[in-house]
Amino acid sequence: MSNREKHWEKTKGHTAITLVIWFIFSIGIFIFGHDLNQLTFLNYPLAYYMSAQGSLLIFVILLFWFANKQEKIDEEFGFAERGEE
Amino acid sequence: MFKGNFINNLPKIYGTYTGGFLAFVILMAVLEKAGVAHQTIGILFVGFTIFIYALIGYLSRTVQVDAYYLAGRQVPTVFNGMATAADWMSGASFVAMAGGIYFKGYGYMAFLVGWTGGYILVAALLAPYLRKFGCYTVPDFIGTRYGGNLVRAAAVLVLFVASLTYVTAQINATGTIAAKALDIDFKLAVWVGLISILLCSMLGGMRAVTWTQVAQYIVLIIAYLLPIFWMSNANDFGWFPHLMLGDQVQRLHELEQTLNIGTADAIINTKAQLATLGDALTKGKVASIGIAHSDSVAGWPNAWKFISLAICMMVGTASLPHIMMRYFTTPSVKSARKSVAWSLFFIFLLYSSAPMLATLSKLQLLDPNLSTSIIGKSHDIVSQLSWVKTWGARDWVALADFNGDGIVQVNEFFMRGDVVVLATPEIAGLPYVITGLVAAGGMAAAMSTADGLILAISNALSHDIYYKIIDPKADVKKRLLVARALLLLIGAFGAFLASKQLTSILGGVAWAFDFAMSGLFFPLVLGIWWKRANREGAIAGILGGLFVGSAYLYYVKFAENAADNVIWGVDNLRFGIFGGLASLILVIVVSLMTKAPDSAIQAMVSEARIPSGKTILGKQH
Repeated sequence: MSNREKHWEKTKGHTAITLVIWFIFSIGIFIFGHDLNQLTFLNYPLAYYMSAQGSLLIFVILLFWFANKQEKIDEEFGFAERGEE
Repeated sequence: MFKGNFINNLPKIYGTYTGGFLAFVILMAVLEKAGVAHQTIGILFVGFTIFIYALIGYLSRTVQVDAYYLAGRQVPTVFNGMATAADWMSGASFVAMAGGIYFKGYGYMAFLVGWTGGYILVAALLAPYLRKFGCYTVPDFIGTRYGGNLVRAAAVLVLFVASLTYVTAQINATGTIAAKALDIDFKLAVWVGLISILLCSMLGGMRAVTWTQVAQYIVLIIAYLLPIFWMSNANDFGWFPHLMLGDQVQRLHELEQTLNIGTADAIINTKAQLATLGDALTKGKVASIGIAHSDSVAGWPNAWKFISLAICMMVGTASLPHIMMRYFTTPSVKSARKSVAWSLFFIFLLYSSAPMLATLSKLQLLDPNLSTSIIGKSHDIVSQLSWVKTWGARDWVALADFNGDGIVQVNEFFMRGDVVVLATPEIAGLPYVITGLVAAGGMAAAMSTADGLILAISNALSHDIYYKIIDPKADVKKRLLVARALLLLIGAFGAFLASKQLTSILGGVAWAFDFAMSGLFFPLVLGIWWKRANREGAIAGILGGLFVGSAYLYYVKFAENAADNVIWGVDNLRFGIFGGLASLILVIVVSLMTKAPDSAIQAMVSEARIPSGKTILGKQH
C-alpha cells in the first residue's frame, strides 16, 4: 500500500469513529429520550439536559479532538501543510 | 493607530471594538437614568451598530477577485469561527428559538441538537476537502469535480432555492426588529433592513462580510447572554444559569401540574374564542402555552419526530452553501478544520443559553412567588403593565377573559414566540437599555446571516453562471461589477418577498435546510468519498433529490387534504428525509449504470484527500 493509501485508510478510520460518537449523541440517545427523562442530571430531566447542553458540549469537544487527531495523522504520513500559516 | 499589518492586529482591533461597544452600552444606561426617552435609546442602539457595520464594510472595499470571493484566504482560524457563528445564527436563532422552546418544550429542542450536530458532518466529511479544492463557491466544487456546465448549473439551482427561502426569512426578521426599534411601518422597515445589509457587503464582498460578521457576533452574543445572567442573578436562581437552573425546570413542572398545562385537564380554547383575538391571532400569530416545558411523550412516533427533525437540520447544515463557503476563506486546510470546531464553540455559547432564557422567561410569567408573574392576577392590573401595553399595541401580546372571572388564566394570556427574546428584559423589569441592546443583537444576527446568504447567491450566479458559463473571457472589473449588480438584485428580490410576509420566520428557515439536504448533501459528500461518483450520477442526484423533496413538500403542505398525505410522520418541516434519500439512491444507481470518471478526475479526488500541496483550483480562476 502506498503512503497515500495508508494515510487515507487511517483518515477513514478516524472519520468513522468521529461519526459513530456523533450518531450516539445526536440520534442514538434521543431514541430513548422519554426513558432518559425519568433520570435527572444537575436536577434537569436527562434528555432535556442533553438536548439543551449535554450533546452540544460533547459535539464541541469532539470537534476539537477530531481536528487535533487528524493533524497528527497528516503529520505522521508527511501530508501536513508547511509554511502556509 | 495600529502598527503592523491588519491580520496580526485583529485581536487588538476587535478588543478595542468590544470595549467601545460596552462603553456605548454604559453611555446608554446613563442616558436612560438622565431621563432620555426609551424610543430614542432604541433608535440609538440600532442606528449606532448599523453605522459601525457600514463603516467596516466601507473600509473593507476591494477590487480584487480573490478578496471579493474569498476574503483573500487569510481569515485566521478563531476569527473565521466567530464570523461563521454570526453567519449561522440567524434572526430565527436569536429571536425565535427561545420562543419556540417556550411554547413547544422538549420536542422543539431537536432544532438545538440539529443545528449543532450538523457541524460534525461539516468538519468530518466536507470542509477540509473542499478547502483543498480552493473553489470560490460550492457549485464551483461540483462543477470542477464532476465536470461540465449542466451539473454546475444544477448545483446553482439548489443553492438558489435553499438560500432564497432562508434569506427572505432573514430580511423579514430585520424588518420585524427595525420596525419595533425605530417605530416605523414593517414594509418600510424591510427596505431599511435591506439597505443596512447591502452597506456591509456591496463594496468588499466576502472580505467586508467577514469583518462585519465578526463585529456582529460580538454584539449578538453580549446581547443574548447579558439578560440571562442578569435575570438568573437578580432572582437568586444561581450565578451561573446553565448549571443551576435545574431546580427552576423542576419548579416549572410543579407549576404546570397545578395550572394544568399540557395535562389531561388542560383547558383548550375553542376556535370561536380564539377568533375574538382578531389581528393578534391572524397577524401577530400569538398563542397561549399548551405544552409542558420539559416533559416528553413515550413511544417511537414521538422519538422519531425528534430525531427526524434533528437529522434534517444536521444534514441541511452540512449542505448550506453560505456556511461551507466560510471555510474557503481560511489560510490552510488545517485551519479550516479547526475553524469548524471554533465555529461550533461560538454557536454553543448562544444555543445552550436559549433553553435557559425560555425557562427564566416562563417562570417570570407563571410563578406566583415572583412579583413579575401575571397568571392568576386580575385583568385590571395585568392590562396596565407597560410591556403588555406596548406589545399589545403591536398585536404581539393579547389578553382575554373567556370565563369572565376577571382573573388572567393560562389559556387567557397570548403572546408571539419572538416576544420571549425581545420583551423578556422588560417583563423581568430590567432597565430599558437591555431591551435596546437585545434589539441591536437581533438586528446583528439577522443582518449577518442575510449578508452571508445574499453573497452566496450572487457569488454563485456571478462566478458559476456568468463567468464560468456565459462569458469566460470577462475581465476582473467586469466580473466584480456583475457580482455587485447581482447582489443588489437578489437583495431587492428577497426584500420584496419578505414584504409580502409569506412565511413565518421559522417555517422558511426549516425549509431551506430540507432543500439543501435534498439537492446538495449526497452529491457533495460522495464527490469526496466515492471516486466512482460521476457527472450523470451527480446531475440525477441534484435534480432528482430537489424534485422529490419539492414534490413531497407540495403534497403534504399545499395539496388538498395535505395533512392526510403525511407518510411515516414526515411532515413539511422534514421533507428532506425523502428528498435526501432519493438523491442518495440516484447518485449511486445512475453512477454505476454509466461510465466511471476518467483518471484525471480520480487523481483530483486523491489530491483533495491530503492537506499538503497546492489547491486544485488556482488562486485566481
